[in-house]
Amino acid sequence: MYPTTYHKPASLSDAAAALSASDEAMVLAGGQTLLPTMKQRLASPSALVDIRAIPELRGITVSGATVTIGAATTHAEVAGHHGVQQTIPALACLAAGIGDPAVRHMGTIGGSVANNDPAADYPAAVLGLGATVVTNTREIAADDFFEGMFATALDEGEIITAIRFEAPKRAAYMKFRNPASRYAIVGVFVAETDAGARVAVTGAGADGVFRHSGMEAALSASFAPEAIDGCEVGEGDMASDIHASAAYRAHLVTVMARRAVAGAV
Amino acid sequence: MTKVTMTVNGRPQTRDVPDTTLLSDFLREELRLTGTHVGCDTSQCGACVVHVDGRAVKACTALAVALDGAEVTTIEGIAQGKELHPMQTAFNDHHGLQCGFCTPGMIMTGIDMVERYKASGLPLTEEAIRHELEGNICRCTGYHNIVRAIEDAAQKMQAAPAAAAE
Repeated sequence: MYPTTYHKPASLSDAAAALSASDEAMVLAGGQTLLPTMKQRLASPSALVDIRAIPELRGITVSGATVTIGAATTHAEVAGHHGVQQTIPALACLAAGIGDPAVRHMGTIGGSVANNDPAADYPAAVLGLGATVVTNTREIAADDFFEGMFATALDEGEIITAIRFEAPKRAAYMKFRNPASRYAIVGVFVAETDAGARVAVTGAGADGVFRHSGMEAALSASFAPEAIDGCEVGEGDMASDIHASAAYRAHLVTVMARRAVAGAV
Repeated sequence: MTKVTMTVNGRPQTRDVPDTTLLSDFLREELRLTGTHVGCDTSQCGACVVHVDGRAVKACTALAVALDGAEVTTIEGIAQGKELHPMQTAFNDHHGLQCGFCTPGMIMTGIDMVERYKASGLPLTEEAIRHELEGNICRCTGYHNIVRAIEDAAQKMQAAPAAAAE
């Protein structure tokens, strides 16, 4: 990888200062995507600002139906947290299926959400549950956060501090994964909430995670697998690569959505 | 260059390294602990798995400088003198390897999963072992004997106190 300068600030304000002090600085949250990307020389940050030593960015609080997860909390911590398992089991289950055990010990929710990889799992949960992305300067609704492949509403130097979820009535995440990379070829998160159903799809879209309004309308009327039988999934919006064609992905979206609705708890 | 100190296999080690030094390179090149293998270098194969503060991580996907102050255990640090760790003995007994390249990572992952399941009280079934091994790739064995070795070691480790494994 290209040379870089490592920083490990102990406070959020120091982290923000370190980020703005260097033109091409990037946040290091778990490194399970960023470090491989740097090794391939696809990323060359002039500085790395490691946020894992900032106490308020770590840990999980559950208050009634609200689950707040610090940005530097690992996937393994989310998967194994009793409060998350009780309040939003679909979220704990999703975290337990990211990558592999060693990756889950290092990768963090904030890193995954900020990176917005088009095949990552967490963006589907954040969008599917209508979560709130909390940063060092503001709060951003999930619907306004994801702006296409690897693009988010985050400003230069803005740091995610936590993700806040409200428990749905029931939800589930189903993914069809690439057996080598463990990323989603197609992943669908469905949630039944007081404001109707939400369906978020990752892995499939040519432009990253997206909501499927047709399925949401059908499931809001009747939250049952057969309710989405007539829903169209347009091939034109799907990604196509060596792993799966657009037509295959479009088909899988319906299959995964049906399974998710059937398995929602 | 940044001064990094970590405790590796129980011994404090300090080196001046570039900020881009991976933990796998720190172990192999600086400390000459070449039991930690680098297979894919893309965090998929698991040959480089070591324990950092008691958790299995991929050493090729962690920066040494980020682990200043950490406790690291490698394949070289799990035997007690001449007595192999139960996981090592089980891989030997069940012939859980052929070429042996992936074995250090398999063993470190095996110990990690046994300890985690032990702590959580969940049964480490054959299905669970296969699921837990998905970050470790072996191109020789077809995994059957690896799974048998971990099942066997899990039973022997179940009897021992958790701390004995580290």
